[in-house]
Amino acid sequence: MSALLQYVISGLALGCTFALVGSGFVVIHRVTRVVNFAQGAFPVIAGLATASLLTRGLPHGAAELVAILLGGVIGLVVGVVAIGKPGTPPLASLVITLGLAIFAYAVEIIVWGDQPVSFPGLSGTVNVAGARIQQQYFLVIVVALVTFALLELFFGRTYLGKGLAACASNPYSARLVGISVTRMGLVAFALGGVLGGLAGVLVTPLQAVSFDSDVTLAINGFAAAIFGGLMRPMMALVGGLVLGVAEALVAGYYESAFQTEVALAIMLTLMVWQASRRSALEEA
Amino acid sequence: MLEVDDLVVRYGAATALDGVSLRIEQREMVALVGPNGAGKSTLLNTLSGILRPAAGRMRVEGRLAQVPEGRQLFPDLTVEDNLRLGAWRSGDRDPGRVYRLFPGLMRLRRHHAGTLSGGEQQMVAVGRALMSDPDILAVDELSLGLAPLVVADLVRHLRMLNEERGMAILLVEQNARLAFDICGRAYIIEAGRVVASGSCAELANSPEVQRAYLGGSTDEYEEYDESEESEETTR
Repeated sequence: MSALLQYVISGLALGCTFALVGSGFVVIHRVTRVVNFAQGAFPVIAGLATASLLTRGLPHGAAELVAILLGGVIGLVVGVVAIGKPGTPPLASLVITLGLAIFAYAVEIIVWGDQPVSFPGLSGTVNVAGARIQQQYFLVIVVALVTFALLELFFGRTYLGKGLAACASNPYSARLVGISVTRMGLVAFALGGVLGGLAGVLVTPLQAVSFDSDVTLAINGFAAAIFGGLMRPMMALVGGLVLGVAEALVAGYYESAFQTEVALAIMLTLMVWQASRRSALEEA
Repeated sequence: MLEVDDLVVRYGAATALDGVSLRIEQREMVALVGPNGAGKSTLLNTLSGILRPAAGRMRVEGRLAQVPEGRQLFPDLTVEDNLRLGAWRSGDRDPGRVYRLFPGLMRLRRHHAGTLSGGEQQMVAVGRALMSDPDILAVDELSLGLAPLVVADLVRHLRMLNEERGMAILLVEQNARLAFDICGRAYIIEAGRVVASGSCAELANSPEVQRAYLGGSTDEYEEYDESEESEETTR
């Protein structure tokens, strides 16, 4: 029983980080129609940067904040390269982000080397119904939930958020009322970078990251995002949590090496199901 | 208010506008009439700054706002959000002035724009354009897909904007009879060129215009008018 609780809570925490990476996919895709293949680089760079800043003597909090902002700046840079030229087709932008993701490997190896890096998060454990659970798990869950609440407020209540939603809803009309769709796309990329960076800062104390951790993070994040058809941030949260718990249970009771396969299987099933539902709608 | 000289717009190799010139004076209501694909919407999108002309000059005094063909609302945003986004460039985001013009929208303000009837959507589209406090309103296919009663109500609002607020209006219409009824002057555009222009009364009497745009006889429109009247009231 206490093992089950342990798996579920660690799964929820892991799922929250997938959801954060996934919401970055969603925010960028909604506004620009680009699937950002460099999304996995943001958490990796933020995690690696936090570790470096902490060893240089920056206190906790400040180091994480700088790393998250760095994620935003890198997101903006990826955006400028991928969609900065108006009229670039989304498919071309997608290929550009894929190239940038590979380029990020080189930069990360030069700056941080190729060994996994971690740093201590919240120390100490909490006793929940007989299970000893690391406090870091709860920190991840609380921060992620607050972030998703803020994201909903941002899109639902602020004028800039509505402007982003307008670009997603009808880009032609957005331009008619004077919204620069390219500039909004860059805002989305920066926001995607911040969300990815936040995920990296939260997950690194739980799982050491190295330059190639982006594959796992991006696949899981993308699988979470697929739950909402790459359009709804809140569904990415649901998707992330389902995925995280499923993987933690598989790792706990069977074999931890199957984690990514679980994500891939769920993602493919959903995509096939969504595609068949879409074609069924079109035939109707 | 608006001066366009020898405007040329191309989509790749295809020429959509081939040397179009037109003028709108202050407080004027001008019609732009022509068949599908003549370049009417291309002209509006160029005036709105969405398309870049290959050659020619255009000068807009003040602000121009477009009500695009097919309404083009943000369907998954509320009516109020649609209106507020119309003020992206201008600043005053309070939609109260649009609700005073179209009181019916007040009660729909929390509804998603995509759930509204065609006539209501057209009101939102006009309202969204008005949110930028334009000096010229360019309306693309006001009547398309709407019942005559609904069209008449929208026309009444446009007349009021023109007469009481002095707003210049450029009305793009396939329904030439309607356009000639409302406007003082008209341009007829075919295959990217202005083929005729002048006062609506003159144009309506020209045999070529009658044959091409008014369907020859004059009572045909009346019949169509009555038979379609009740369509829009059900939703």
